[in-house]
Amino acid sequence: MPFWRRESATPFLLLTPALLTMAFVVIIPLVFSMYTSFTGYRLVKPDSLYDWVGFRNYARILSDWEFWVPFGRTVLFLTVVLNVEFLLGLGIALLINRITWGQRTLRTIMMFPMMFSPILVGFQFKFLFNDNIGIVNNALQSLGLSDGAIAWLVDAKLAFFSIAIAEIWMSTSVFAILLLAGLFAMPRDPLEAAKVDGCNAWQTFRHITLPFLMPFAYIAMAIRSLDVARAYDIVTVMTDGGPAGRTEILWTLIARVGYDNSRMGMANAMAYVSTILSILFTWYFYRKLVAARRYMGGAQ
Amino acid sequence: MAEITLDKVVKKYGAASVVHGIDLEIAHEEFVVLVGPSGCGKSTTLRMIAGLEDISGGIVRIGDRVVNDLPPRKRNISMVFQNYALYPHMNVRENLGFGLKIAGESPDNISKRVDEAAAVLGLTPLLDRTPAELSGGQRQRVAMGRAIVRRPEVFLFDEPLSNLDAKLRGQMRAEIKKLHQKVRTTVVYVTHDQVEAMTLADRIVVMRDGRIEQVGTPMEAFNHPRTTFVATFIGSPPMNLLPGVIAGGAVRLADGTTVPVPDRLKPHARDGRKVTLGIRPDDISPVGHGLSQDGPGAEVDLTVELAEPLGMESLIYTRLAGQEVLAKLYGPRIVQPGEQLTFRMALDRAHLFDAETGQSLRLD
Repeated sequence: MPFWRRESATPFLLLTPALLTMAFVVIIPLVFSMYTSFTGYRLVKPDSLYDWVGFRNYARILSDWEFWVPFGRTVLFLTVVLNVEFLLGLGIALLINRITWGQRTLRTIMMFPMMFSPILVGFQFKFLFNDNIGIVNNALQSLGLSDGAIAWLVDAKLAFFSIAIAEIWMSTSVFAILLLAGLFAMPRDPLEAAKVDGCNAWQTFRHITLPFLMPFAYIAMAIRSLDVARAYDIVTVMTDGGPAGRTEILWTLIARVGYDNSRMGMANAMAYVSTILSILFTWYFYRKLVAARRYMGGAQ
Repeated sequence: MAEITLDKVVKKYGAASVVHGIDLEIAHEEFVVLVGPSGCGKSTTLRMIAGLEDISGGIVRIGDRVVNDLPPRKRNISMVFQNYALYPHMNVRENLGFGLKIAGESPDNISKRVDEAAAVLGLTPLLDRTPAELSGGQRQRVAMGRAIVRRPEVFLFDEPLSNLDAKLRGQMRAEIKKLHQKVRTTVVYVTHDQVEAMTLADRIVVMRDGRIEQVGTPMEAFNHPRTTFVATFIGSPPMNLLPGVIAGGAVRLADGTTVPVPDRLKPHARDGRKVTLGIRPDDISPVGHGLSQDGPGAEVDLTVELAEPLGMESLIYTRLAGQEVLAKLYGPRIVQPGEQLTFRMALDRAHLFDAETGQSLRLD
């Protein structure tokens, strides 16, 4: 009997299509890109694919401010955006939870920004913040708050701020919706127990509501940290990492190195380093989530 | 001193009124049980005392303070909830100490009092667990510990045992009773279970449709129900109620059977009055198998339809005047369906209610 007709082979035969798909879609590209990060591979010189350079790419990246500055900027961007989104989302969720009528409608309306392509959001905010024809400057001048054209997308700090605003506008609702789901699921009894135990409104929120909501916040943060860490489209459309690289973040840098400068080996090395950053963020939030979920079993 | 006074207390949700002007005085250190079927307003009343529901009308006093507009934290009460309402993200120690921490007690003092409460309730080995790691009975004990650790003037219990299984409920009932003897405070306890009400209460408050039907000691409510509602609600199995008309010093039932009117009710039994005869299953038994053989009685021959042996006694389903009647047989005797027996009603323990108002005739 050939080996593929043996009963013990059946599970493996049945798994073969899945394994093949996994291999072609995930494993081979992963191994290949990993390999290229150890070569001096340039897109314009196909032969350089076999030019093994060991850890040279990594050594260069890790000793180069051209890499560390965008890296730090990405971490800062992540931190600012996630925190602001969390606070705004929490505020919105708490407000919507208070109203007795139209909750569902509002929840749906809240999702509108998520329905737009990030590229379109980028274009829209690029127009809003345009120094000549943008509505932001127009409004500031009409209200007499500013007398000149503010170069929102040119000044390094303001450009960073503008991009953050666009990102926050687009995705605050992720937090709001998840936190609202948490508020809907929240048992009423512990809140009442806290009131009887002597808490005022703030103490009830601080000691009971917030700890209950944190697992939901961690889910949102885990999802969003991956999104923001790979932010590319909004930045490319709004500033393209400019002016002079002052809003460059990891993925715009990697795309520039890989495609514009065609140094794909170097770009892949950078991509692996930034993947580690993403994994660290996700792992951190996931660990928080698991710790928080351990006690949520007792909520009922 | 913490007496609680309810003065014409009303609760309305919009136009719908659920508590219609309740008057009640609860003495210092008294254990009062509010009992009634679901929807009778007992929990709402308790929550108004706690401050978790607004009071739509009337006055609630705790001690000598009017508490209508005070938030719960200023009423010096603690409450045990039906679903325990523990804080899921805190361990037992933190759950117990939370109220003290909020009140700004020193950490030493908190840990001392938490340890004391834990010792009283047998929670000491569980102090570092979270609520998720506790069984139902243990969670219930933590909820009680959280209430006693703050040493409030008033304890409020909202159906605290209804999520436990029957055996545990019995144990916890006894623990609550013991706890009240140890920690003397005023207690208001809500339940729909008349057994809990009977066993725990100094005084029972029977409620129905947002009104108080009767206030009294458990034995008063059991022996002298003011209405047919209280008569059927307190006591298990419920009292048999048979409609009839007074004729010549006796109650004539639908099929013509006559039962003499008990002496104590004679003054109220004028001829032609429509009444309801109430008699508990314990007070109608086959001759020779009842609780007591002396005292006035009335005998009637009935056919057994069904018998449920419970060991030392049997519950007998029979039919009198076209209506199902429950009777009890004391003694280990097997009864067969279809068997014809002579039953004796203990008339000194029979009740008469007005057929229209449902009020006991003795209240005329």
